[in-house]
Amino acid sequence: MAVDAPAGTARAPSPTLLPWRRLRRGAGTVGSALVTLFLLVLLTFVIGRLLPVDPVLAVVGADADNATYMKVKAELGLDKPILEQFWIFLTQLAHGNFGKTLLTGRPVVEDIGRVLPATIELATVTIVLGAGIGVPLGVFAAVNRGRLADHVVRILSLMGHSTPIFWLGMVGLIIFYAKLDWVGGSGRVELFYVDMVPNVTGLLLVDSLLAGDMDVFWSAFRHIVLPASVLAYSSIAYISRMTRSFMLEQLSQEYVVAARAKGAPRSRVIWGHAFKNIRVQVVTIVALSYGGLLEGAVLTETVFGWPGFGQYLTSALVIGDMNVVVACTLIIGCLFIGLNLLSDMLYRLLDPRTR
Amino acid sequence: MSALAAWLNDDVAATRGQAVAQNAWRAWRRFASNPLGLIGLAVVLLLVGTALFAPWIATHPPNDQNLAARLMAPSAAHWLGTDELGRDIWSRLVWGSRITLSIIAIVSIVVAPIGLAVGCVAGYAGGWADAVLMRVTDLFLAFPSLILALAFVAALGPSLENAILAIALTQWPPIARLARAETLSLRNSDYIAAVRLLGASPARIVLRHVTPLCLPSVVVRVTLNMASIILTAAGLGFLGLGAQPPTPEWGAMVSTGRRFMLDSWWVVTFPGVAILVVSLAFNLVGDALRDALDPRQG
Repeated sequence: MAVDAPAGTARAPSPTLLPWRRLRRGAGTVGSALVTLFLLVLLTFVIGRLLPVDPVLAVVGADADNATYMKVKAELGLDKPILEQFWIFLTQLAHGNFGKTLLTGRPVVEDIGRVLPATIELATVTIVLGAGIGVPLGVFAAVNRGRLADHVVRILSLMGHSTPIFWLGMVGLIIFYAKLDWVGGSGRVELFYVDMVPNVTGLLLVDSLLAGDMDVFWSAFRHIVLPASVLAYSSIAYISRMTRSFMLEQLSQEYVVAARAKGAPRSRVIWGHAFKNIRVQVVTIVALSYGGLLEGAVLTETVFGWPGFGQYLTSALVIGDMNVVVACTLIIGCLFIGLNLLSDMLYRLLDPRTR
Repeated sequence: MSALAAWLNDDVAATRGQAVAQNAWRAWRRFASNPLGLIGLAVVLLLVGTALFAPWIATHPPNDQNLAARLMAPSAAHWLGTDELGRDIWSRLVWGSRITLSIIAIVSIVVAPIGLAVGCVAGYAGGWADAVLMRVTDLFLAFPSLILALAFVAALGPSLENAILAIALTQWPPIARLARAETLSLRNSDYIAAVRLLGASPARIVLRHVTPLCLPSVVVRVTLNMASIILTAAGLGFLGLGAQPPTPEWGAMVSTGRRFMLDSWWVVTFPGVAILVVSLAFNLVGDALRDALDPRQG
């Protein structure tokens, strides 16, 4: 976060220049994001070429003769100089072409389009839970600073930072699925309901509501509750911790004292005055943790057999399908850069001090 | 003893050594006033002790299979039960502490100097060196650490060594960022100007006058990172991309227990508890260290 120079140290810039400066600073942010993006593509290219096994050998097999070997090598474009290979990689990317998967031979893009909605559904439910619980918890802790409530929230959040998420998922399954039977097991719905409702948005909760099929909706709901809660725990930990420190900063300001002194009710001071000033920061944090969910999703989806992006990535990792790994890594990196850029822009736009 | 206490609490330090000792003593007193930090430290010391004395603490050899006693519930003979090959889970956990500790130690030892060097050089040099180094740092920060580690391990091939390498690659950027921020705040201070006037070379200034002041916050950061190193390593192990069987790595133990978890809960539960406790301990120590070393951040 940028630290602003104290106000009044320099002559105020002329008002006609101000919009221009803001534009230039904004362009600088976009520019540096673009450089990062280019480096990201370069990095994924390098990762894709790091393979200890010879990709040609993987296609032709160990006992292919030299002519076949060279032919396949040429087909894969691996006989060209490395810079040219990188250029081909770039142009393919620009056309949205990530190559084909090793196992099925389908284009990677198609596969990703198929698995992404499941992850988006999971991540969205998770972030609603994470922000819905984390933000009030953080405010609550800040208001009760140093008291028991603050310590309890602190321990809860530290636990959230320290729990292996895949393990929490399994323990959840053992307790709530196997022992209590409160929630569904693996997958997005009961096997019986798979493909029962027409695929409109790809989000099963929405699709089943659109089709008016409450049985499918209920089944989907029962299946998403546990993975979403498990995943939400770590974002609750992060969001509440950050909200607490933002809030503490505001509560020590003089305007809060003034608001109290003039007799404003406690809840109004907290939510109407102090919280109002941290909205931007909170939105930034929530956006960033939405991206961070992808990390947890890789592990959570594996545990819950959730047919999403994370499971797709891990199954590719295990068999060493580098086209898929490169595509997934690139997408996650882009998403992160995009979210960072967005929160940066949002900051500039909504923070009055940068105007 | 009282002479030592007087020496440590003396208002005016007579020598450089005394000043250093007094500073350390004050930091320790601030640290010790935090009960949670002390608990965390106790757990970490316990872990180190367990790793050192593993052969005496473990009740069974970690890789000894006994198919007749597979998936046994916790009992007097097997304190935490046995896994699908009849191996004693307690003994495997004890031996696994060595793996966890070595991952943490290797990654931290590799990562701290790299991050410190990149950050201090970028911050002190400024200009294009700063721009280049920070873009590279941003690039590595543009990933959740597990994803980047996954991609590297997939490319290099799954093994414990590659997992350590991959984790190290993901852990230096936050440290570099931090060291750069600290350097920037020190760069224009009077004492640096004074040293420069005395004719010190940039290398000397960075090494002798900037780096030592960045150290406390870097130490805190590294300690807090240890928790995430443990979790990333366990995640890699769980996905089968870290330590390979039969190594008693905790994440891998959770992973193999997955198939039996509904009938034999102990196989997944105890290794997970171990990961949780150790990573929580490092988080507590890191938090307490931050309060002790860095009173500026509340």
